[in-house]
Amino acid sequence: MYRYDEFDQAFVKARVAEFTDQVKRRLSGELTEDQFKPLRLMNGVYLQLHAYMLRIAIPYGSLSPRQMRKLAHIARTYDKGYGHFTTRQNLQFHWPKLVDIPRILEELAEVEMHAIQTSGNCIRNVTADHFAGAAADEVADPRPYAEILRQWSSLHPEFSYLPRKFKIAVTGAARDRAAIEVHDIGLHLKKNDRGELGFAVFVGGGLGRTPMVAKKIRDFLPERDLLTYVTAILRVYNLNGRRDNKYKARIKILVHETGTEELKAQVEKEFDELRESELKLPEADIRAIEAYFAPPKLKARPEGDAVVSKAVKANPGFADWLRRNAHTHRNPDYASVTVSLKGIGEVPGDATDVQMDAIADLAEQYGNDEIRVSHEQNLILPHVARADLPALHAALVEIGLATSNAGLITDIIACPGLDYCALANARSIPVAQEISERFASQARQDEIGDLQIKISGCINACGHHHVGHIGILGVEKKGTELYQVTLGGSAREGSTIGEIIGRGFAPDEITDAVETIVDTYLARRENSNESFLDAYRRLGPAPFKEALYGHEAKAA
Amino acid sequence: MKIVAANRLTDGETVWLGAGDRWVDTIDAAHVARDPEDEARIAAAGNLALAANIVIDVTLVDVEIVEGRILPKRLRERIRAGGPSIHPEIGKQARNAALSAA
Ligand code: HEM
Ligand code: SF4
Repeated sequence: MYRYDEFDQAFVKARVAEFTDQVKRRLSGELTEDQFKPLRLMNGVYLQLHAYMLRIAIPYGSLSPRQMRKLAHIARTYDKGYGHFTTRQNLQFHWPKLVDIPRILEELAEVEMHAIQTSGNCIRNVTADHFAGAAADEVADPRPYAEILRQWSSLHPEFSYLPRKFKIAVTGAARDRAAIEVHDIGLHLKKNDRGELGFAVFVGGGLGRTPMVAKKIRDFLPERDLLTYVTAILRVYNLNGRRDNKYKARIKILVHETGTEELKAQVEKEFDELRESELKLPEADIRAIEAYFAPPKLKARPEGDAVVSKAVKANPGFADWLRRNAHTHRNPDYASVTVSLKGIGEVPGDATDVQMDAIADLAEQYGNDEIRVSHEQNLILPHVARADLPALHAALVEIGLATSNAGLITDIIACPGLDYCALANARSIPVAQEISERFASQARQDEIGDLQIKISGCINACGHHHVGHIGILGVEKKGTELYQVTLGGSAREGSTIGEIIGRGFAPDEITDAVETIVDTYLARRENSNESFLDAYRRLGPAPFKEALYGHEAKAA
Repeated sequence: MKIVAANRLTDGETVWLGAGDRWVDTIDAAHVARDPEDEARIAAAGNLALAANIVIDVTLVDVEIVEGRILPKRLRERIRAGGPSIHPEIGKQARNAALSAA
């Protein structure tokens, strides 16, 4: 696993000292709020409805047990006993006091963590496939490249004041689990015919007010050119991106207004000029960073099959969990486990201090000391011996984290919404909770199969609603909450933006509407192998519209 | 009818402008302005406190009186007064009997 070098450590320490001084000057009144706000945002400190909020970076979603324990300790000591894992693989604390934040950042620095570049118009925390370095279908581990991008982009002077925020995601597998096509830059690590590593490069994806799927502008970029090419994209964006209008400032608008071909030509031109510059990555440097991410030495555990099949027979709960929450590892004796933070009726993404500590223990006991945060707001133990799965499952049952729902209808993504967020128009979490309770039955969930519901409390789309198979967007209408439904979105390879299905639903109607949509799918699917998304793509919106609104048309 | 809401600088706690222009931490104790003149006066007092680095995010909030208690018109401000609707055990709603959102 990656370890900070001395430079990183010194840099984070200096930043904590700087911000500590800024907080002191703010509290003494030397700095006004107008002066302080950009400074606090650069350090991940927002203001929400009830308190400040601190957003902590978890680079490419990788955490050590030691770091997880520190987060638990902070939740317990400075917050209200819990934290919220987000779609950007970060963690947010909802209740820190400004006076405590310098101390919190000091504590984070002790475990090589910080809140830098979690806000502002800079290159944000780079995200990656949560099964990186473990998945059987992976060509190569994307994290070394995410790390190269992180080092290069940290406080990059040229790119610290971009027209708008900038998000990069990397995957190393054909199956895209990192939603790369809805990021400003999406990188798909792959091999060419000669077995060399490189990237397909996507640019201009994004959600928010104007959702767009990224366009592929390069099918194969050699790995040595990663920083050169990304720099070329950012230069074109930095120069031409619209600074006149916040709502048009993301690179997706530039790509859209310029046209993909023209933009690609501009990038390639810039790239040609930079190609042989010092940004070109020496082979040795790439391999050195890769070495930090060397997979753990996994012991042979051939007894796994026997242990697992015995446990499956003995315990149906384990069988359900195994089917949904264990993912194929490239070592056949091992599996990657999804620890669901979506207990039935719970707040998606929240974990208590006790749970965080317990996960840290389990990662040490069974998980080769690694933990990941997924953009689906779950936790992952990427390297668990199959022979240990029954014991791990039993331990998760005890801490209430053994829900067998990865990828099912109750594995809902929801942003904090109006329960916390100052920008929200409506609540998201209670909607997620009610849907979760309605579909609580394991048998019913399994019958429905893969189905992603994603909920945002306003058009900023932090809950990815545009790319939910069923997306739910909260709006405010005449002072009350209203929920607009989109269908057919997907953040996988070949991403699609969901289509608005019709008029919105009141809070007491939205769960019924979801149920109507699901029942329509079940009635119309060709067979149980046809997923919701496939069925929607085949059927189009008509049968769903009819089921939701048909009676109104007839009544009118 | 309006009241002034804000967040306290030091800890972010939601507070309201109360009697004698003191900041209070329950909405029940907020001072309700019932005419434009008083509204202008409390807005000015809020901005003064912002300038004096006591509070941030000062907002004028439309309210009505329901069963003798202050109830903001917008759900946003009702949640701000009570705490997250999903966690009745935390936030102000846990500490006092502020009208909660739900
Ligand atoms: C104080 C709380 C938050 C604020 C003020 C905030 C603000 C915003 C804004 C203004 C946008 C729209 C950006 C644009 O279109 O240019 C946005 C998008 C987004 N935010 Fe948040 N957000 C908050 C919390 C969160 C949380 C909790 C998550 C993760 C669960 C998150 C993840 C995202 C994502 C994934 C997007 C959309 C993807 C994209 O950038 O295109 N944000 N946020
Ligand atoms: S989508 Fe809107 S309501 Fe939800 S967290 Fe983002 S800004 Fe807040």
